[in-house]
Amino acid sequence: MHRRGVGAGAIAKKKLAEARYKERGNVLAEDQIVQMSKQIETFKSHLEEFASKHKQEIRKNSQFRVQFQEMCATIGVDPLASGKGFWSEMLGVGDFYYELGVQIIEVCLALKHRNGGLITLDELHQRVLKGRGKYAQDVSQDDLVRAIKKLKAMGNGFGMIPVGGSYLVQSVPAELNMDHTVVLQLAEKKGYVTVSEIKEHLKWERERSCHVLDHLLKEGLAWLDSQAAGEPQYWLPALFSEISSRDVTPDEANQMTP
Amino acid sequence: MDRFAWTNGLLEMNETLVIQQRGVKLYDGDDKAKLDVGVVLLTTHRLIWRDHKNHECCIALSLSQIIYFEEQAAGIGKSAKIVIHLYPVTANKEPGPYQQSKFPYIKLSFKEHGQIEFFRRLTEEMTQKRWETPVPQTISTATGSQTGKTRAVGIVGIERKIEQKRKETEQNISEAFEDLSQLMVKAKEMVELSRSIANKIKDKHGDITEDETIRFKSYLLSMGIANPVTRETHGSGTNYHMQLAKQLGDMLLAPLEERGGMMALTEVYCLVNRARGMELLSPEDLVNACKMFESMQLPLRLRVFDSGVMVVQLQSHSEEEMIASALDNVTDKGSLTSEEFAKLLGLSVLLSKERLLLAEKMGHLCRDDSVEGLRFYPNLF
Repeated sequence: MHRRGVGAGAIAKKKLAEARYKERGNVLAEDQIVQMSKQIETFKSHLEEFASKHKQEIRKNSQFRVQFQEMCATIGVDPLASGKGFWSEMLGVGDFYYELGVQIIEVCLALKHRNGGLITLDELHQRVLKGRGKYAQDVSQDDLVRAIKKLKAMGNGFGMIPVGGSYLVQSVPAELNMDHTVVLQLAEKKGYVTVSEIKEHLKWERERSCHVLDHLLKEGLAWLDSQAAGEPQYWLPALFSEISSRDVTPDEANQMTP
Repeated sequence: MDRFAWTNGLLEMNETLVIQQRGVKLYDGDDKAKLDVGVVLLTTHRLIWRDHKNHECCIALSLSQIIYFEEQAAGIGKSAKIVIHLYPVTANKEPGPYQQSKFPYIKLSFKEHGQIEFFRRLTEEMTQKRWETPVPQTISTATGSQTGKTRAVGIVGIERKIEQKRKETEQNISEAFEDLSQLMVKAKEMVELSRSIANKIKDKHGDITEDETIRFKSYLLSMGIANPVTRETHGSGTNYHMQLAKQLGDMLLAPLEERGGMMALTEVYCLVNRARGMELLSPEDLVNACKMFESMQLPLRLRVFDSGVMVVQLQSHSEEEMIASALDNVTDKGSLTSEEFAKLLGLSVLLSKERLLLAEKMGHLCRDDSVEGLRFYPNLF
């Protein structure tokens, strides 16, 4: 701890500081830091009070979490930046999201051999919920999205690709540019796509279509079914369970069975 | 206004309060009613109005008397209103504040807002018509209608409890939101103060001591404010990160050795946090701590590959050694894919791929890139 304002040297320094103060006409940074340290203490106690009343709300109510996060973003505060932050320590938001991060990484890793590192947000959500067990706190898709955003800090290509009203979560650093993304979106409905479909819907030439599909194959994101009737089909395992677990209305069921 | 009757304001057996709004003035048609401002209450059965000062002055009309209703937007100097058109007075109507009226409609003027929600709820009630809840016929006919009526009360009693619970929850949540908003106002002040300080630091470097800078950074960390000022020595690091770096230095040595000297940062994240159980590290905490390995002279390094993959590796693990051994492996087997290499070394596929890519970059390997996968061969050129 420095002792300021004592001794001849300190007096001289103070005179210099005052001169500068007059010169600039505003508060010095050092003084502001002192002010901030006081305000930090005050804020901390406000936050403690808030936590004592509403900590449960944050844990139990996903809507409230959304509101909380959005408010923080608006004022320029990231409550998840550090486990050492007040928000994390006193409200417990940190542990909730960081643990979720761990669970997301583990699910993605476990399925990577199958889907190449691409998974729908829905499937990720289901599997994370299952992994957490039935006595754990509920987790919303918004929670997952926020946790994933934080994971990006660690490199490794965590990203989200908008597809069919929801997202595909990418967990490998495979390079996916606009062309790849658009083809993924096209494949979303049926889980697979063919060269003709790409040519028809996107108006690309054959070479461009094949180039994109080859890349997806190489990255392990797509599987080739060369025995399909007509022309080869490129299937995306990431989109599989989306299809097999989709709810079907009685009408649709009637239409499907011959 | 002659449809209204005096009431004591107490709810009946099956009646539930839906919403209430204060600051409401009544209009008899287009004329202001000779009543003060008050509170309007919507129940499942009635529309009740009570003077805000004199609670004895309380009137009500049945929802069944409403033909239709509409919104009237606010104007300059005029509050928003809801206009309610009513059926003619019934013969057996109880006495009320007005004996007669030339208007078949009334207005509710919302001087303190709340008309949107009120309108919505009124619409709901008028659609559901809960005052018409019939007595269920399903119970045994032996005791007949008497039991039926009791049953109805039971069910409505439950409905009422649910409604109460919902209100309580809403109440709790609105209180939480209010407290949250106030908290955010205070947090915003802190953000502005910190920006002012940061600007000053940026403008002239020498004015603040190292100590003060470290303190300032720790405040930013506590508040979750992004740090715009970085110093070469510590980067975004604070004392906290320095401690973390030391802990990681101890904790990761054994796991790194087991995994061939290198681990993806996501793997480290999972390992460390699973071990901690609580007071977990944020991804940024981990990255910031790892960035300090070199300056703190710990035997680990954070490394970023071209692909963006971030790893922690043992410093003793020299690059040349890794590449030389990779070349050996590939030459030995003739060729290798990342999967095969991974199995050979007990590395993750991700990291084995990085190592092969690195060897390729250095010119020791070359690739055969086909749809069947990426395969590496010794570079004979």
